[in-house]
Amino acid sequence: MGKRPPKYSAGALVKHGLTRGDWPRMWRRPEMHDSYDVVVIGGGLHGLATAYYLAENHGITNVAVVDKGYIGGGGSGRNTAIVRSNYLTPEGVAFYDRSLDLYNTMATDLNLNIMFSRRGHLTLAHTDSALRTMHWRAEVNKLQGIDSSVIDPQEVKKQAPSLDVSPNTRYPIMGALYHPPGGIVRHDAVVWGYARGADHHGVHILQETEVLDINVEGGTGPGGKGAGGRVSGVKTSRGDINSPVVVNCTAGWASLISNMAGVPLPITTHPLQAAVTEPCKVFLPTVVVSGSLHVYVSQTDRGELVFGASVDPVGTYRVNGTLEFTEELAGHVLELMPGISKMRLLRQWSGLCDMTPDYSPVMGFTPVEGYLVDVGWGTYGFKAGPVAGETLAETIATGRTADLIAPFGIERFTEGDLVGEKGAAAVGH
Amino acid sequence: MIVVPCPNCGPRNSGDLRNCGELVPRPDPSAASLIEWREYLYMRKNPADWVTETWYCRGGCRRYFTIERNTATNEIRGQEAS
Repeated sequence: MGKRPPKYSAGALVKHGLTRGDWPRMWRRPEMHDSYDVVVIGGGLHGLATAYYLAENHGITNVAVVDKGYIGGGGSGRNTAIVRSNYLTPEGVAFYDRSLDLYNTMATDLNLNIMFSRRGHLTLAHTDSALRTMHWRAEVNKLQGIDSSVIDPQEVKKQAPSLDVSPNTRYPIMGALYHPPGGIVRHDAVVWGYARGADHHGVHILQETEVLDINVEGGTGPGGKGAGGRVSGVKTSRGDINSPVVVNCTAGWASLISNMAGVPLPITTHPLQAAVTEPCKVFLPTVVVSGSLHVYVSQTDRGELVFGASVDPVGTYRVNGTLEFTEELAGHVLELMPGISKMRLLRQWSGLCDMTPDYSPVMGFTPVEGYLVDVGWGTYGFKAGPVAGETLAETIATGRTADLIAPFGIERFTEGDLVGEKGAAAVGH
Repeated sequence: MIVVPCPNCGPRNSGDLRNCGELVPRPDPSAASLIEWREYLYMRKNPADWVTETWYCRGGCRRYFTIERNTATNEIRGQEAS
């Protein structure tokens, strides 16, 4: 509740500069209540977006977002900030394209500059079979009105002159899927924007509040949990909260939280490593992805090159970096762009990815009444954040699964109706 | 780097082997319901704790074996050929 906060604008900046007045906090640190209408576990992009759209679109403001650390400290602050919608399945394309639409107007909607740079997205093909998949994706995309086409090496050179497109390399570039609407966004700003927006509506953002258990009654599993049960609240490190609806938006930790409700997930947790170089003059105008070489790269507004890779093959919750990753990454990047051999890496980090067998998310209702999931976001959670929040909020508010996420329900695994997105999501983001 | 003790080849870098994931009991194919079968195929506990898992020594003896690994620290104990 409370009054509408002052808008961010050039005028406000001048005024604050002259008066040296304090900027108001972007969100409060509220006292925890005993009960809420909805409790969202996980204060990342997905959790905060869900809370924001619950309040903004559906007027449900008695909502708490709980996080064991600080908001945006997990995958939301560790991803490589790439957005695109050139997926492989019609379900995936429709879903991610809605997300791109929301990103497009987000700076205005949230009154915060998210630094969305629609710079174009190239997915390189180094083999005949990769080129074939590119054509497949381009046709699926075109059918749904997405700007996406296959271009030849000469055109690739025009889009990204620093790439080595000669045929004499170890992995020659045979063409690329070109997706002009793709680009990069400042990921922290998106988290802050949703947090600020949700907070203005009265949503409680409870940081440093760890969920220890989920209270479920009447289920068929041990302790009354599991299928057929009903959620009554959560036990946290700061006390109990009663709530008829509990939403799991905890990405890499999703299985640990879901096991508390007795709902097993088709997920394994893998770290994904990324790295950034020292800044240099801007020379790379587009996002470049190579599935075969397990690398994607873009240049930030500060001039740093941001690299990401595929997930580590061994599932673990440990997030330390490895030398193998750095060596492989450097080798593959130099294969694409020999000109940057003298650049130095500034730092390297990793985040946890909740991988599903079909590279599509798991969203919506579960066999436990009142317990919803928004998990299985693997390596594509950032680009989906806005639409995931919007559709999940609709699902909670109306009690009916939103159309866009109907293909992603957990029941697809028992029904054998998977949404195979590996061809477009495995490395290419 | 994770060093995995293969019963035949000794300690090896995990990159030489394939992690086949946590050990899930296989239901009887003739008796299992569709739901039991698909839960065996897809559902995992995925704990941040000790887990019994299968490895395949693809770069060496090509045998499968199980070990216990703590997925929070990558510590390893116990091994047996399977």
